[in-house]
Amino acid sequence: MTIATLQTGADTGVKPILQIKDLHAWYGESHILHGIEMELGEGQLITLLGRNGAGRSTTLRAIMGMVDRRTGSIRIHGNEFINKPAHRISPDGRIGYCPEERGIFASLNVEENLMLPPMVGEDGMSLDEIFSMFPNLADVRKRMGTRLSGGEQQMLAIARILRTGARLLLLDEITEGLAPVIVKTLGTVIRDLKKRGYTIVLVEQNFRFAATLADRHYVIEHGKVIDRIEAADVDASMERLNHYLSV
Amino acid sequence: MELDQMIRLILAQGMLGLNNGVFYAMLSLGLAVIFGLLNVVNFAHGALYMTGAFLALILHSYLGQWLGLDWLQIGFWPSLILVPLLIAGFGMLIERTMLRWLYKFDPIYSLLFTFGVTLVLQGVFINFFNASGTPYPGMPESLKGVVNLGFMMFPKYRLFVIIFSILVCAVVWYIIERTRIGARLRAGTENPELVKAFGINVPLMVMLTFGFGTGLAGLAGVLAAPIYSVSPLMGANLIIVIFAVVVIGGMGSIMGAVVTGFALGLIEGVTKVFYAPAANTMIFLLMVIVLLVRPSGLFGRQS
Repeated sequence: MTIATLQTGADTGVKPILQIKDLHAWYGESHILHGIEMELGEGQLITLLGRNGAGRSTTLRAIMGMVDRRTGSIRIHGNEFINKPAHRISPDGRIGYCPEERGIFASLNVEENLMLPPMVGEDGMSLDEIFSMFPNLADVRKRMGTRLSGGEQQMLAIARILRTGARLLLLDEITEGLAPVIVKTLGTVIRDLKKRGYTIVLVEQNFRFAATLADRHYVIEHGKVIDRIEAADVDASMERLNHYLSV
Repeated sequence: MELDQMIRLILAQGMLGLNNGVFYAMLSLGLAVIFGLLNVVNFAHGALYMTGAFLALILHSYLGQWLGLDWLQIGFWPSLILVPLLIAGFGMLIERTMLRWLYKFDPIYSLLFTFGVTLVLQGVFINFFNASGTPYPGMPESLKGVVNLGFMMFPKYRLFVIIFSILVCAVVWYIIERTRIGARLRAGTENPELVKAFGINVPLMVMLTFGFGTGLAGLAGVLAAPIYSVSPLMGANLIIVIFAVVVIGGMGSIMGAVVTGFALGLIEGVTKVFYAPAANTMIFLLMVIVLLVRPSGLFGRQS
C-alpha cells in the first residue's frame, strides 16, 4: 500500500476500523464533547491536535467508555460500541489505550504492569519482541512501577498494550515531558508500529513529532472537529495550523 | 520470682497472646483486603465473624433439631469449609444489592451502612440465642488435650489454630502480592477506571473481593467457636481492637495487618505478666504513638 492511498483513507476503500459520528460526552453535568466526527482506516495513523482542554483526551476516554455519559455513534470494525460496558470495549474492539498520565501502577513491578491487561487478540507481541523493541525495560523487569524514569514509564505504558494483541492503539500525549532523545526513540517506535500494520490515534501537543507520522490531522476545539488536514496538505495549511495551535 | 520462672511465664503468656493475635491478624487481614480495593471500612466485619461462629454452632447443634432430623449434625471440619463459603455468599449478596450503591458517596456512608448491618446481625442473634454465650461442643476429638511445649502445657486445639491461621495468612499474602489475580487486585486498588479500560470486569472483581474478605471473617469465627463461647457480642468486643490493628499496620496493607495482628496479640499477652489491667490499653497506647510518629501506619505507603 502506498502513502498516497493511505492518505485518502476511508474514501478509497481502505477498510474503516473506527467511525465516530456525532459523539457527545459528559463528566457529571459538564458537556465536554459536542459532536465529534472522525474516521480511521486500517493501518492508518491520525492525530488529534488542538489546545489544552479542547477535548482531545476526552475523545479517547469517550471511546474507552471512561466518561460519565456518552451519546452518538462509535463503530469499531463495523460494530456499534456506544452502549457497551467499559470492560468489554477493549476486548471486543481489540483496542489498546495508553492514558495521558501513563497509568503505570505503583504497587506493581514492571513485569506485573506488563502482564496486567488481559489478551484481546491472538497475535500480541511476545515478551522477547517487546524487550527487543524497548531494551531499557528488560533491565528493570523487577523494579516497582514508581521507580522508573518518565521515559521508561512511557515505554512500559506502550509495551503493555502491544502485548495484548490490540490492533487499534489510542495513545494520549506520549511525548509529554520527555527528553528529546526519548521523543526521537518513540518516533521510531511509532513508525515501526505503523509498518507492522497497527492502526493508531495519536493525541499530540508536539506538532513536529506528529507531522512526520500522521496520514491525517484532526483539529479539535470546544469539543468539536473544526478542521481536517490530510498529510499532503500540511505544508499548504501551515498558516491555519499555526493559528489553531497558538496559545 | 526466679528468672527461670519469669521466662516461663512470659513465654506462656506470649503463647496465649499469640492465640489472640491469630484472630486479630485474620480479621484485620480481611478488613485490609476489603479496604484496599473498595475503600470501604467494613464495620460489619466483627458481626460477620460472630455470624460465622454461630453458623458453626447452628450446623452442629441446632440444624438437625430444627429440621426434625436427629441424625443431622455437621461437625467442625465440614464447617471449616462450609461456613466461610456461606459468609462469603452473604457478603457478596450485601455488596451486590446494597453496598455498591454507596461507592460514589463519601466513605462515611458505607461505614454507617456496615454499622447498620452489624446492629441487625447482633439483634437477630440476641433475639434467638443466649446473649451471654453458648459453648460450641463440636471440637474434634483429634484436637482435644494438651501438648507439652517445654515451658508450658498448651491446648492442642489452640496450637492448631495458630499454625492454621499463619498458613492462611501466608497463602492470602502470596495470592495478593505474587500472583496475576493479586496484581489485578492491586491495580484495581490504584486506578479502577484504567483497569476497567483494559478489559477487566472490575465490579465483579469487587464483589468477589468483598466475598473473600468476609469469608475470612467467617473462617475466623469457626476457629473461634471452640475456644470462646459463641455470643452475639463476641464480634463487637473484637472489632475495636481490629480497627486499632489496621490503623497501626497501615490502612489497606496486607503485610501490615498480619504482622501487626500477631505482634499486638503477643504484646498484649506479655503485658499481662507485668501488669494485667494494662494489657488492653497497651494496644491503644501503641496506636497513639504510631499515629503520632507515622500517620500512615507501620506498613502503610507514605503519601
